[in-house]
Amino acid sequence: MSESQTKPSILADKPEGWNRPTAIEPQNEGELLEVAMGPHHPSTHGVFRMDVALDGERVIRLRPVFGYLHRNHEKIAEGQSYLASMPYTDRLDYICPITNNWAYALAVEKLTGQEVPERAEYLRVILGELTRYQNHASSIGFLIQEMGASGTPLMYAFREREKILDLFEELTGARMMVNYMRFGGCRVDASPGWLDRTRKVVAGLTEFADEFDRLLSTNEILMARTQGVGVLRPELAVNAGVTGPMLRASGVNYDIRKVDGYGIYNRFKFRVPLGDHGDVYDRYMIRMLEMRESIKILEQALKEIQPGPVMDSKAKIRGLRPKVGEAYGRIEAPKGELGFYLISDGGPNPYRYRVRPPSLINLTVLEDMCLGVNVADVVLIFGSVDIVLGEVDR
Amino acid sequence: MLGEGILKGMAETAKNFFGSYFSAERLTTVEYPEQRIAPFEAARVFPFLVFDGADYESGLRCVACQICEKECPPKCIFIEKSKDKKPDALGRLQFYPARFDIDISVCMSCQICVEVCPFEAIKMDTEYELSTYDRFGALLLDRKQLAKSNEYYRQIHPTEAAGVDAKLAAEKVKADAKVKITAEAKTAAIAGAGA
Repeated sequence: MSESQTKPSILADKPEGWNRPTAIEPQNEGELLEVAMGPHHPSTHGVFRMDVALDGERVIRLRPVFGYLHRNHEKIAEGQSYLASMPYTDRLDYICPITNNWAYALAVEKLTGQEVPERAEYLRVILGELTRYQNHASSIGFLIQEMGASGTPLMYAFREREKILDLFEELTGARMMVNYMRFGGCRVDASPGWLDRTRKVVAGLTEFADEFDRLLSTNEILMARTQGVGVLRPELAVNAGVTGPMLRASGVNYDIRKVDGYGIYNRFKFRVPLGDHGDVYDRYMIRMLEMRESIKILEQALKEIQPGPVMDSKAKIRGLRPKVGEAYGRIEAPKGELGFYLISDGGPNPYRYRVRPPSLINLTVLEDMCLGVNVADVVLIFGSVDIVLGEVDR
Repeated sequence: MLGEGILKGMAETAKNFFGSYFSAERLTTVEYPEQRIAPFEAARVFPFLVFDGADYESGLRCVACQICEKECPPKCIFIEKSKDKKPDALGRLQFYPARFDIDISVCMSCQICVEVCPFEAIKMDTEYELSTYDRFGALLLDRKQLAKSNEYYRQIHPTEAAGVDAKLAAEKVKADAKVKITAEAKTAAIAGAGA
């Protein structure tokens, strides 16, 4: 058997070890220093460990270690009804629970072939884009905090997030654990008063984006720390399955809202910002620009939303037993492609339930971005990936 | 010019700093134990059982059908069905929960029990000051601690309660009409048999 036959054809012309990070040779004489960053390092936003081998200040090797927050989400979901998994999805990426609900609802709707009423689709888009806005704002805040600006930008972001969470609480009853979407619609309808308050909040979001821009975008310290740091090449990003703002910062035009046009996204006019260099600054800038695009979508959706039902009249809440089959529902979550893969054997609970978490898969290229940089920049690059450990470990 | 961006950012920080003393919409914090922000109407914390009338023993709407126990995702509800039956609000004989416990240290406030309940018997509370020194017994609420009156429910969720009341009233009218029809049919049958 020849060499080319033993490998899958797409990888035939790749040299051995092409998918491993390029090894960096130590420059200094002497021993490597192994440092365990985490699981209780303040930069890890949770419990995540990076085993870093250092040559002086330079990173020679980095091993991400996760699983500290593993809580058996997928297996639990396989043992209970379809509906009962919905509140658990809130707890995956707890910064943006709405999009988790949405991806799961989409997967089950594909499985059962349920229709979603138009008003419910609009509500999903409105809540989804509000989620994206607050996720990007707070993730920028965390990134800048890791750079040493302790508090200021993060608190500004959280001030804005508070207004959005108040809207969530008024509509769904909870700030973060919303449990809002159902298969075939949404749980409760939004009152006209809620829509008015949302319009008011959305009108203030542009001002906040401008303020954030003035505060950060041209800051020389931020530029010196982030430009040219943690470059992710587009080829590697595509090969590793990186999605979301990280992929687009590397210049790859891939946004599932445009590619799939799930829900009613093809009705809205918005642009997909792309980066040039794929460094930390580009990832920061992409998130800033996406916040502005979210505002555009929100304005259009709030203008077009019409009264009507929010639940499919044929939708079944309890005792859902989809036909034998499988479905994969994916959406553009704020962090990347969030997908739920379900196999039904006709029973009341899924035979297989699998989450494709954007945080985990975006994290797999961490070592590639970190090799050769100073250890202080590792924290920065890690922050720019924008992960939530609840989703990485599930 | 080098440093321009930093100065621009500093100006923004200064504006926010002084603004936080003057602009009314920025003064959002309250001194918590003395002042409280009223919860939203849709707010949900932990479930409670609704009862009609004055006495919780006889007024509980729950008929121990155990649907919520089965559907509860973290399985925090424990129900023991009664052996005998008692008349409910509509006068029909129903089972009642001999035991109804909710472990609120396990409950995740997802509201699924409320959604699946066909009898409007379980609803979400807005009470959030529930800390205790005893993490086992005090957080396992029994039937008596869970029972709250319909008036209380109307008070905390006025809009939702109005809808529920209307629905239950319509059901009662329907049930009464049915009882009347059967009673009439019975008299007619007796009259027919007499003739």
